[in-house]
Amino acid sequence: MDWLQNIEWMSLIKSFVVGGLICVIGQILIDKTKLTPARILVLFVTTGAILGGLGIYQYLVDFAGAGATVPLTGFGNNLAKGAIKAVKEYGIIGAFTGGVTAAAGGISAAVFFGYIASLISKPKMKKQ
Amino acid sequence: MKPLDSKKDYQKYVEQKSPNSPIFKNCFNAFWVGGLICTIGQIIMNICKSKGFSVEISGTIVSIILIGISAFLTSLNIFNKIGKFAGAGSLIPITGFANSIVSPSMEYKSEGYIMGVGGKMFTVAGPVLVFGISTSIIIGLIYMIFNTQSITLV
Amino acid sequence: MQKLGKQTIKFDTPPTITEVASIVGPKEANGPLAKYFDQCLEDEFWGEKTWEKSESKIIKETVNLAISKSGIPNNDIEYCFAGDLLNQCISSSFGLRGLNIPFLGIFGACSTFVEGLSLGAIIIEACAKHVLCAASSHFCSAEKQFRFPLELGNQRPPTSQWTVTGAGAAVLSKTGNGPFITHITSGKIIDMGIKDSNNMGAAMAPAALDTLLCHFNDTGRSPSYYDVILTGDLGHVGKEILTELALEKGYNIKSNYNDCGVLIFDKEKQDTHAGGSGCGCCATVFSGYFFKQFKERKIKRILLIATGALMNSTSSQQGESIPGIAHAVSIEL
Repeated sequence: MDWLQNIEWMSLIKSFVVGGLICVIGQILIDKTKLTPARILVLFVTTGAILGGLGIYQYLVDFAGAGATVPLTGFGNNLAKGAIKAVKEYGIIGAFTGGVTAAAGGISAAVFFGYIASLISKPKMKKQ
Repeated sequence: MKPLDSKKDYQKYVEQKSPNSPIFKNCFNAFWVGGLICTIGQIIMNICKSKGFSVEISGTIVSIILIGISAFLTSLNIFNKIGKFAGAGSLIPITGFANSIVSPSMEYKSEGYIMGVGGKMFTVAGPVLVFGISTSIIIGLIYMIFNTQSITLV
Repeated sequence: MQKLGKQTIKFDTPPTITEVASIVGPKEANGPLAKYFDQCLEDEFWGEKTWEKSESKIIKETVNLAISKSGIPNNDIEYCFAGDLLNQCISSSFGLRGLNIPFLGIFGACSTFVEGLSLGAIIIEACAKHVLCAASSHFCSAEKQFRFPLELGNQRPPTSQWTVTGAGAAVLSKTGNGPFITHITSGKIIDMGIKDSNNMGAAMAPAALDTLLCHFNDTGRSPSYYDVILTGDLGHVGKEILTELALEKGYNIKSNYNDCGVLIFDKEKQDTHAGGSGCGCCATVFSGYFFKQFKERKIKRILLIATGALMNSTSSQQGESIPGIAHAVSIEL
């Protein structure tokens, strides 16, 4: 059972708690404000980008790892971080290329898998 | 107060009459499902790091794998059931972003693969990209002008 | 035909509802009224490729069933009033394009069925012998048009309603054994400023109240005159609101009032939150359940008030409130 010892339990617990809490914030917003899912996602990605731009979000990422990067705030942070990094390297053009470059993997994957899913599958009635 | 006296009175009255969402139950479900998804992400992250990938690449791999899982579950007509149970727990992680791209693709398949799937794919997730990318550009420009992250914490 | 009061018409020779038909989807088939419908589908596509085609097929087959059950030759039916919820009412116009009967498409949101019965009754009193009225809705096509893709993992708030998959059709005739449409009360558009499209019952309840009070005023009747007062799709939330508002106006409808959206689903078992909605809701519940009650002489007088929310996805995105409408028909033996 070597692999069991190799798991960094602490990192898993931290990401569980922080990731869970970020979702709870979203849930409270959904239930209390009647915002649509699209608006919630926009709110989270923008908040993440701003916190990322201010350099605050990085602390959360250092602390909670995937607990901070997997929620959409992490996606926003990634965009902001990428833009800043590219500005450092390429100047003004970096502001336009950096964000998407950093998030390219996620966006491309979602587009590609979305298209594949539409080829192989059909929507079904919700049973409930 | 008579409910039909004015629109405002009626709206207040309706608010009293309408059942509220079971917020504690919803938050509990959102917490553990959201936490679990992030933990799966962390496990993948740890494996990637131990294989010697950089933090950035590991993060991208995590995103792609979670998006793949989410797309797969959506195409099996399972993700909406998870979403109904977990609410924000499956919406806020990157899985929700993937679901919001995959679900219209499947729905609008009936309008054809070009204008249906291709054109309607971003009906739900489009705003996320518009606002996310625009914010990142503004942040990049601000950084360039001031040459610093405003409260230079980094 | 004579006018009573402001909004009610009384028929001199009340038209008969000769025959009805109803076809519903699988979810409704699991509900408490399943055994009363003519046909229950096993899947929402019904062998078609799209939700829209499926809805067209449902209304087409329902209309054909109503005509064949009535025994009236197709050629003798002079007009058809039909409508649905999809943009430009494509379910009914596409579904009924092969019908070869003069077609008058109508839109009254979820009140369409009763709007059809009202217009049908008027045209029969005026000149026609046989008229057809139909309405349909489909959960999947309605979700796609008004809300989100089906596979999106979102939660439905407790006030939200479940669009009924199904269609109801009725053949009206000049002569027959009843039940008869004796009065119609056409409603005004009432908007009390509700903006939440997940709370349609509350948005439509004031319209239902207005039509209800108007009907009682115009005809001089009281709630106890009717065996059943039936609203279309106010659901659990709207039903409670209407009961309370009516009581406040001096009409106690508690004992004989019910709602089609409440009746069609089992709220606890089927997890439909506030109940059913859609054109198909009151069309199928009336055609399925209540018409049979008339035929078995279990009930003699119904006031059927179908309610509609006159909004679309553009208006709700632009932050507009939801105007409600309600049309009533008094059906008696």
